[in-house]
Amino acid sequence: MAITTTKSAFWKGFRDSAPFIFMASPFGFLFGVLAAEAGLIVPEAFAFSLAVFAGAAQFTALQLMQENAPLIIILISALAVNLRMAMYSASLTPYLGDAPMWQRALAAYFVVDQSYALSIVQFETEPEMPLAQRVAYFFGTNGIVAPAWVIGTALGALVGTRIPESWGVDFVLPLAFLAMIGPMLRTPAHIAACFVAVAASLPAAALPYNLGLIVAGIAGMVAGAQAELWLERQKVKSEAAK
Amino acid sequence: MSSIPAPLLWTVIIGLALGSYALRFAFIGFMGGRAIPEWLMRHLRYTAVAIIPALVAPLVVWPAPAGGELSLMHFAAAAATFAAGYLTRNVLVGLGTGGLSLLLLYLAA
Repeated sequence: MAITTTKSAFWKGFRDSAPFIFMASPFGFLFGVLAAEAGLIVPEAFAFSLAVFAGAAQFTALQLMQENAPLIIILISALAVNLRMAMYSASLTPYLGDAPMWQRALAAYFVVDQSYALSIVQFETEPEMPLAQRVAYFFGTNGIVAPAWVIGTALGALVGTRIPESWGVDFVLPLAFLAMIGPMLRTPAHIAACFVAVAASLPAAALPYNLGLIVAGIAGMVAGAQAELWLERQKVKSEAAK
Repeated sequence: MSSIPAPLLWTVIIGLALGSYALRFAFIGFMGGRAIPEWLMRHLRYTAVAIIPALVAPLVVWPAPAGGELSLMHFAAAAATFAAGYLTRNVLVGLGTGGLSLLLLYLAA
């Protein structure tokens, strides 16, 4: 169905994003619970989610704060997890770059995995979509997801302090990360990046100040990029051979 | 579990808020139509799949609840969570499997 007005573009984005509410709410809730476990009070957990608005980076920062990692390592690691946002921003620019500055400034805040994934598919399948409708669609994709994430965090933080220590909530965070990794491994290059990062992280854990995380992370990124290049060359070769 | 000192917490929150916003704004706001270099895009694609596994691997191999010793049960729970997420491509299925694994760990302990 073609979109006819700016308003309907917003609501299409809103509807398309609806399934993600089942991801944003439990994840927000979990972040709230773990934040409370780490000693954060409800307004702190709420402010964290509202200001940073990036799940995986928030989990990373929370984990490292509990490990008493130095501030600089916490910031670098969590921002590294968020580097993909720069890629999303770059990839959305051809579609949203001509919007007024205030709209772009607001849109930047709402660049997350879900809004990016939905928008880029929409913009690529309907290239004739006018700018105003693109902007409306993009904001629509965050209409439910953003509130679900922030409210989920606050509720989780409220409940979190009542969960008994003996339940072993310590291990929830690694498990949450593991659940996130699986679906991210879309190509052999992603798997290579993940595998090299894991292999490097174990010996690198001996490095001081949690530097091992940065070293292993960079090793994984380079491995992923190199694997991608190699795979592209193989594809070219096999096509040339035909 | 340890409580995080307020000045550290707020520095992290504000630092991450500004940093994350800068990353998101960088291209959409500043770069306009200019393209990001191909080699940089290629590395950015793999940041999350490198950093998160690097963070989680030591937590699984030396789990805090087992006092930092390799624990077969924790390892199995982690493997089940990852496998469920990978095979179904669904974070929630992975998370559900993780919850179930934790419950089993708790009952077994």
